[in-house]
Amino acid sequence: MALAALALKPLPARAIDPVGPGAAFNAATSSIASTPGAGAPSEAADTLARRLAACTSCHGPQGRASPEGYLPRIAGKPAGYLYNQLRQFREGRRAVPVMTWMVDRLPDPYLLEMAQYFAAQHPPYPRPQTVTLDAAARERGRLLVTNGDASRSVPACTACHGTALLGAQPAIPGLLGLPQDYLNAQLGAWREGVRNAVAPDCMATIAKRLAPQDIAAITGWLASQPVPAGARAAMSLPADMPLECGGLAP
Amino acid sequence: MSRGARRVGIAALALMVISAITVMVVMRPWSTGSSSDLRALPGQAAGQAPIASAASNAPNALLARGAYLARAGNCAGCHTARGGEPYAGGRPIVTPFGTVYTSNLTPDPETGLGAWTPDDFWRAMHEGRSRDGRALTPAFPYTEFTRMTRADADAIHAWLRSLSPVRAPNRPNALRFPWNQPLLTELWRLVYFRPTAFVPDDARDAAFNRGAYLVEVLGHCGACHTARDSLGGAEGVPLAGAELAELGWYAPSLLGNREAAVGQWTQDETLEWLATGINRHAIAAGPMAAVVTGSLQYLERSDLQSMAVYLQAIALPDSGGPRVQGLGRKIVLPSAGDPMLAGGERLYAKHCAECHGDKGELAAPGYPPLAGNRLFAMNSPVNAIRAVLHGGFAPATAAKPRPFSMPPFGPQLDDREIAAIVTWLRNTWGQRGTRVEARQVNALRSVPAD
Repeated sequence: MALAALALKPLPARAIDPVGPGAAFNAATSSIASTPGAGAPSEAADTLARRLAACTSCHGPQGRASPEGYLPRIAGKPAGYLYNQLRQFREGRRAVPVMTWMVDRLPDPYLLEMAQYFAAQHPPYPRPQTVTLDAAARERGRLLVTNGDASRSVPACTACHGTALLGAQPAIPGLLGLPQDYLNAQLGAWREGVRNAVAPDCMATIAKRLAPQDIAAITGWLASQPVPAGARAAMSLPADMPLECGGLAP
Repeated sequence: MSRGARRVGIAALALMVISAITVMVVMRPWSTGSSSDLRALPGQAAGQAPIASAASNAPNALLARGAYLARAGNCAGCHTARGGEPYAGGRPIVTPFGTVYTSNLTPDPETGLGAWTPDDFWRAMHEGRSRDGRALTPAFPYTEFTRMTRADADAIHAWLRSLSPVRAPNRPNALRFPWNQPLLTELWRLVYFRPTAFVPDDARDAAFNRGAYLVEVLGHCGACHTARDSLGGAEGVPLAGAELAELGWYAPSLLGNREAAVGQWTQDETLEWLATGINRHAIAAGPMAAVVTGSLQYLERSDLQSMAVYLQAIALPDSGGPRVQGLGRKIVLPSAGDPMLAGGERLYAKHCAECHGDKGELAAPGYPPLAGNRLFAMNSPVNAIRAVLHGGFAPATAAKPRPFSMPPFGPQLDDREIAAIVTWLRNTWGQRGTRVEARQVNALRSVPAD
């Protein structure tokens, strides 16, 4: 399945680095590139996947990290979402030191290329996590996710993240197939202000309206949902979003 | 008594003797000691308007020159906070004496340099004094910039004045006592600083001298690559390498070919490295990667050539030993039977060989293989440890905008395992280097990744 998806969305194959304008030393690189020489080291294959070895070492091959760990699956998340997050890490709006270190000073086009690469990966989802949640909390979680809580102006997750909760193009992430710990940490980070998006930060607004037990119910319910084979992010949302989200701006 | 402690003692004595003289000489009304309290003075409106109009009349060639020089000096590297407006300051600079927050260089009249005249700016660069006469913290490398030409300082100033003003109040420095005392800064300057000028070496050609100016003055390479004594003054041979303990990096020697000297590189290889941070021998990492991406990649080819000429001229002949400098120190090399070597070799085969090759021979196109890599020949293993611990991307530049990356192994391997791998890499494929201890790895786990 993953291979078929790749075949549908081939990435541009680039054998060598394109040489950008304005670099003073272009002549130097080309002379080196043209003289591989007997002493040249053996060269490993030049693929984007290999360039991104740092990403897949933690997020799994193709970005398929399973809910067994803490790290989020990035495979198949909408490219706009992944791109925005990479920029947030680089600019320090999300406080995840290892991610800031990784993307520090990387140019936007490369971040976009990474985002598109992982967005185009669709390895199968593993079985969902076994979550300890009593029946009442589970039902509370389901209601909050699918209906929200009008009394506290909390919209349903599905209003923005899609009825299938697998996100919406171009920049809203799916919420399924993620570890509950990760989901808890994100909602907590929004409440505490260590995860930020461009204002107005809709998720920070929503997270601050949720009680801790609500968060546990929501994340527990989400983490225990199976993902149907072949499921993808929605191409669009059926209705206007209930809140304005600055983080979705291009 | 160690040399450092002796220096502290001498300095304390000197402080008592000279302080009175200093006050008389300098005649400054010292306030509470915060280095920013005076910066927060309201802008002196009377001086602003004529300066602003002068800036708007600055010829384009002067502004272009100033922009270029600001790149060469990498002003933005320190004077821009992560995610912040360029040149608006606020970036924390961690020093052994506390944290310095860089200042706002935009022409905002109240919080930036809006009220500064060219003479004010020149005094900051050349004498290390702020507009109000206060001694600036030497974290601002006026020890190097003092030799900048007046014309270059004026061009940078004119260009900074052409930026959009950003209102960003300077954040007070968080220096520890006694480093937060202005008097100590005055004393420090008496010991370590004299305003001086760049004097070209008439025995050398123009390229050498231009290179010397770029490396020693504008590029202020010595700010990292020259060792510091316990008081933060330059110590020993300039550019001979220095531990950047607060950052968890080692700035390798620009003199030793086993470290970062370019004596055995072709000029093309040197230019490629300066402009991209990547060639077949070495990859820039950490603070040096920031210098490449923020500054060196923008330099004119002729300037890079001059830097290469100078750097090749200062490279020392290879000593052949495991160390170029630090010869007085005891060097403990692992014995052939050291179990750490066998352990490191085994771990390498398991975790590293798939990408780097059984004999360290594999590399991405144009990247250095591990075999013979100077990363493992340096006096300090710090950069090699960090490469394994934190991985990361090679520098991204206009010429190489899609760099390869190395996975971080910190989450997978414990301190002893990483110490063994690096020890083995420092002692295989013709290399010979000191053992790495697990505690050295552990200390680097917690350094700021930023």
